[in-house]
Amino acid sequence: MNGWQALFYKEVLRFWKVGFQTVAAPVLTSVLYLVIFGHVLEDKVKVYDSVSYTAFLVPGLVMMSILQNAFANSSSSLIQSKIMGNLVFLLLTPLSHWSWFVAYVGSAVIRGLAVGLGVLLATIWFAKLSLVAPVWVIVFALMGAGILGALGLIAGLWAEKFDQLAAFQSFAIMPMTFLSGVFYSIHSLSPFWQTVSHLNPFFYMIDGFRYGFFGVSDVSPWLSLGIVSAALAMVSFVSVYLLKTGYKIRS
Amino acid sequence: MSAISFQSVSKIYPVKKGSTGQALHALNNVKFDIQEGEFFGLLGPNGAGKTTLISILAGLTRATSGSISVLGSDVQTDFAAARRKLGVVPQELVFDPFFNVREALRFQSGYFGVKNNDAWIDELLHSLGLTDKANANMRQLSGGMKRRMLVAQALVHKPPVIVLDEPTAGVDVELRQTLWQFIAKLNKQGSTVLLTTHYLEEAEALCNRIAMLKTGNVVALADTSELLKAASSNVFRFKIDSELPKQLADKARITGRIVQFPAHDALEIETYLSAVREAGLVAEDVEIRKADLEDVFLDVMTRGHSSGVQQAMGASV
Repeated sequence: MNGWQALFYKEVLRFWKVGFQTVAAPVLTSVLYLVIFGHVLEDKVKVYDSVSYTAFLVPGLVMMSILQNAFANSSSSLIQSKIMGNLVFLLLTPLSHWSWFVAYVGSAVIRGLAVGLGVLLATIWFAKLSLVAPVWVIVFALMGAGILGALGLIAGLWAEKFDQLAAFQSFAIMPMTFLSGVFYSIHSLSPFWQTVSHLNPFFYMIDGFRYGFFGVSDVSPWLSLGIVSAALAMVSFVSVYLLKTGYKIRS
Repeated sequence: MSAISFQSVSKIYPVKKGSTGQALHALNNVKFDIQEGEFFGLLGPNGAGKTTLISILAGLTRATSGSISVLGSDVQTDFAAARRKLGVVPQELVFDPFFNVREALRFQSGYFGVKNNDAWIDELLHSLGLTDKANANMRQLSGGMKRRMLVAQALVHKPPVIVLDEPTAGVDVELRQTLWQFIAKLNKQGSTVLLTTHYLEEAEALCNRIAMLKTGNVVALADTSELLKAASSNVFRFKIDSELPKQLADKARITGRIVQFPAHDALEIETYLSAVREAGLVAEDVEIRKADLEDVFLDVMTRGHSSGVQQAMGASV
């Protein structure tokens, strides 16, 4: 094993050992969302002509789970190691900042995809789902998980206490994922809120991901790809920079 | 080549915003070298800067000025090479609650790029008395076992330079012996050892050379034998039930009932004894013993440089 592979494997094993809490629980939450919102809104909301509301909801919930769990993985692992003090075992090693980045973000992507796949397998029975362009599905899933994994890395480095991290999660990550068009098409919003939604990078992740399933989306998938790529490049740059300078982990 | 070379290391912690305190000079121009194969002791009271110095050596903290190299590799500019040569046992009793003992050691090997390390891991577990805990979760280990696990984790990559920061705190006597036998064996096989400890008899027994730090400055640096030789020769020790008169108490080191005076000749001892008698007190269990490292340490810490120690420093620096 190379250094980064060892750290990557350790991070994957870390969440897998508590898989009931890190994978099964978020899958159940998403299924509940689907059952309740699907039941209440199925006949009342029409998003795209060819797509039922429940079917529309599935990819959104899958992507939301991917994003939230990728964030949770890197951020909670780092803050726990910082507070428990066992981060020192990593700080004493020759691992480069790139190794840290690849391992933490890579394992966050795995957790995100594991939960996303779980949600997909659990919800696919509730709706007739097409798969028009699987490549888009994979590309947006990977990039979305990567962005949130890197964001989690940044938040985990920045936070000194669990409540700071919880605040970041509750007041930034949750609103941005909920207001990204998981439960609705932004075309149903007033022009003002449509504009606001267009400023939310999470919207493009979900819209592009959904395009892969239905072949229809609120904006062009190429535009989404551009914005999501730029977001990924930006958060990656910031997290690699913070790791390189030892931000809050080396004094 | 020096195993560890401290080159004019200073560390200043700046004043925190909003506080009126002064900047803290944790280390002032610390410079000395530790040679390959040495068993070196770094001593000093709490807050002297020992852990800061070790943190800079380990790359956990950056020096304000100066540099440190490990077997020729600078700990900042060539950190990967330096850290491969260094095995650090941290002072805090930390562990990762997600894994068992063997998993933790395998991962730690992996971070250093060491593959198929099970034979060495088994040897470490055996030498540190942890074999039967190999599959136990880290949470199930006692404090002493966690401490030995820290030693095992520091040694997975067979580092030529071993740094132990207070490794025996909270470890019982028997296990302390096991630990020291193992470290002494590694030292005999060629590893360099840098040790900080509060147990001065351990330092005296194990270390061939010693540096003492006080408020960030090196105040003594000499062979252990030189330090002991240069110390105020003997200690006059007795037990007493009541309080000593003030002029006597000021010169003595008092631990509960035990009173100790530095003594150079018989006349001095007679003077102390008659003073005790005049005060109407009875000295029991009277003995005269050779000064040990604790006496040297206290002498250095209270007087800054003791004259004898300075001589010893001049002889061996």
